[in-house]
Amino acid sequence: MKTLTFLIALLFPVLCRAELAVFACEPEWAELTRQLGGSRVSVFAATNALQDPHHIEARPSLIARMRNADLVVCTGAELEVGWLPLLLRRSGNPKVQTNQPGHFEAAMVVERLAIPTTLDRAQGDVHAAGNPHVHLDPRRLLTIARALAQRLMELDPEGEPQYRDRVDAFASEWQRRMAEWESRATPLQGARVVVQHEDWIYFNDWLALNQVATIEPKPGIPPSAADQKRLLNTLYQQPPQLIMLSAYQNDKAARWLADKLQIPVVVLPFTVGADEHSATLPALFDRTLSLLLQAHAQTADH
Amino acid sequence: MLTCRRACLLVLAPVLTCPLVSAQTGYVSGNEFNPAISLILDGRYAQYHDTFELPGFQMGPESELPAEGFSLGHSELTLSANVDDQFYGSASVAIAEHDGDTEVELEEAYLETLGLGYGATVKFGRFLSSIGYLNSQHEHAWSFYDAPLIYTALFGKTLYDDGVQARWLAPTRIFLELGVEWTRGARFPGGENDGNEGKSLFIKLGDDLGTTASWQLGASAYSTRFAERSSEGHAHEEESTDSAELIMEDGDVDIVGMDAVFKWAPAGQPRHQQLVLSAEYLQRKESATSNFIEDTNSLIADYEGKQSGYYVQAVYRFHRQWQTGLRYDEVKPDNDFTELEAAGIDMEEFLEETELGSDATITRNSAMLAYSPSEFSRIRLQYNHRDWDEGRDDLWVLQYTMSLGSHGAHRY
Repeated sequence: MKTLTFLIALLFPVLCRAELAVFACEPEWAELTRQLGGSRVSVFAATNALQDPHHIEARPSLIARMRNADLVVCTGAELEVGWLPLLLRRSGNPKVQTNQPGHFEAAMVVERLAIPTTLDRAQGDVHAAGNPHVHLDPRRLLTIARALAQRLMELDPEGEPQYRDRVDAFASEWQRRMAEWESRATPLQGARVVVQHEDWIYFNDWLALNQVATIEPKPGIPPSAADQKRLLNTLYQQPPQLIMLSAYQNDKAARWLADKLQIPVVVLPFTVGADEHSATLPALFDRTLSLLLQAHAQTADH
Repeated sequence: MLTCRRACLLVLAPVLTCPLVSAQTGYVSGNEFNPAISLILDGRYAQYHDTFELPGFQMGPESELPAEGFSLGHSELTLSANVDDQFYGSASVAIAEHDGDTEVELEEAYLETLGLGYGATVKFGRFLSSIGYLNSQHEHAWSFYDAPLIYTALFGKTLYDDGVQARWLAPTRIFLELGVEWTRGARFPGGENDGNEGKSLFIKLGDDLGTTASWQLGASAYSTRFAERSSEGHAHEEESTDSAELIMEDGDVDIVGMDAVFKWAPAGQPRHQQLVLSAEYLQRKESATSNFIEDTNSLIADYEGKQSGYYVQAVYRFHRQWQTGLRYDEVKPDNDFTELEAAGIDMEEFLEETELGSDATITRNSAMLAYSPSEFSRIRLQYNHRDWDEGRDDLWVLQYTMSLGSHGAHRY
């Protein structure tokens, strides 16, 4: 009998779950939803920090999770265009389809940067709605947190007082930390940095880092040997101070360039869970700042 | 756009301290709601010596080899969009050349529900059947340029038809999908029938193994009937048989199949390195009255066919832009003909002419190497080596497949 109950529980999680089943496309949104929802939500993260969210397969397991979700929290702005639409269509779940209250795209509630004026695939993997990597700007993240809390209240009105308390607590804590991060980051202002992919644009915009080059010749296109040489030649004139690389990215091109220019490559967590020091959203920013400040201090010594 | 406006309203109304609100505003224009348009351009250079034969099988449409030298494959235009909050629609038109004629084929034109709930989805119109694994994938998504031999032998290439599909996704943590289809059943290996004789059933089960691997298993069945099915394609190479005609009458067709897929990628990152193993087994049993007419001679026989085959393939992406793959194919016919009525032609001659009496196993080995500068382009070199009791054949194909415009997600 015990085995039977266990089997039923395993097969039909739908019968024994928290108020809201949330399907989060990326770990940052999974963590944010957990912070805002507490025990009223059960969150599934479709990807981990070491996976490139641009290139995920619409695997059977993800379709099954989507089927039972009450709310889908994704980045949007076409980041998940290669897999999310298919998951939605195959899920047979009307609650989470685009334009339903159960469908939340974080990037669409904030101002996005780098919205292209022309769309041409010759420009690489460009996103018509602008750069989707909005979570690395804590100011935007706060806006998203408020919008997401609002959405949770709409979907689960009974939990409204709890969501309200949690989002208020999150916001005041976040604002306090944000001021702290900004003051800690003063030495980084104007630092000349190179990135692998255009995924640090919001972070650099927030702390006024001077992004002088991107290793990818075009978004999503890996650099050829010729591209790397060309980049090296332009950077020789006025070398950058460090290279920012996200944990999920291939480090080959960055290491080569760093070696030639004698500058450090800083492997940054990019999102929650990439290393043991980045288990929460505040920890993610703490860790990112520590790594950058440490590398920056080293190059300043030279 | 709509998501954005809605979300902004939600944010703005109760939370006035919203410092960064979407800047995306715009004007209503006629083409805002245009469907996603995708155009696949496909061309190849092929080199081989022999014609394509599958002794023991009555050939379906599209089972011929590409033209020797330069030729275009399927140029496929797909338009798709959500119709409203209840329906999604998609249409794919393929333009291809068969035997020197340019043909326009409506490969798919279907609507699919979005709002039924309870994991249920109904699809209707013309669509690729969900039986098997490769069948529901578009040709450009295949890892090899051609269909496995068993697909060619049983369906001509793939099975698509007009009708209804209903599928249900179980509310389980593991992926479990059940589906039925009810179609006209008039396409090969069916034929004109009393109406809507095509019926299929499929079940798919899948899950992850940790973060690096995932799998899917499927089982399916398809049955149809036909009043008349004539031989198409190139079952026989000799010009002298032009006046000969083989017509199958009052037939019953039953197909069953099983498929398995396993995918592995280090750290669950398929973009840089990925191994995909897949295998399918299909078996067809059919019975009909075979009517063979050559000039003034004819032979009527009772036909009981049993054909089966499988393929196993491994595709490995070893670099972000490079993939290589191996495939082994095997098909085996086993047909019985019992003479009912003969006029001027005997059984032996008939079996020799049509080659339907062959019970020799046909095998094929394929290897491919593909280069994809981006996920929208691919250049592929493929080599096929085929063996059957009467000979062997080598084929080389160099092919490009390019995807223009919006390119939707690929199925697992």
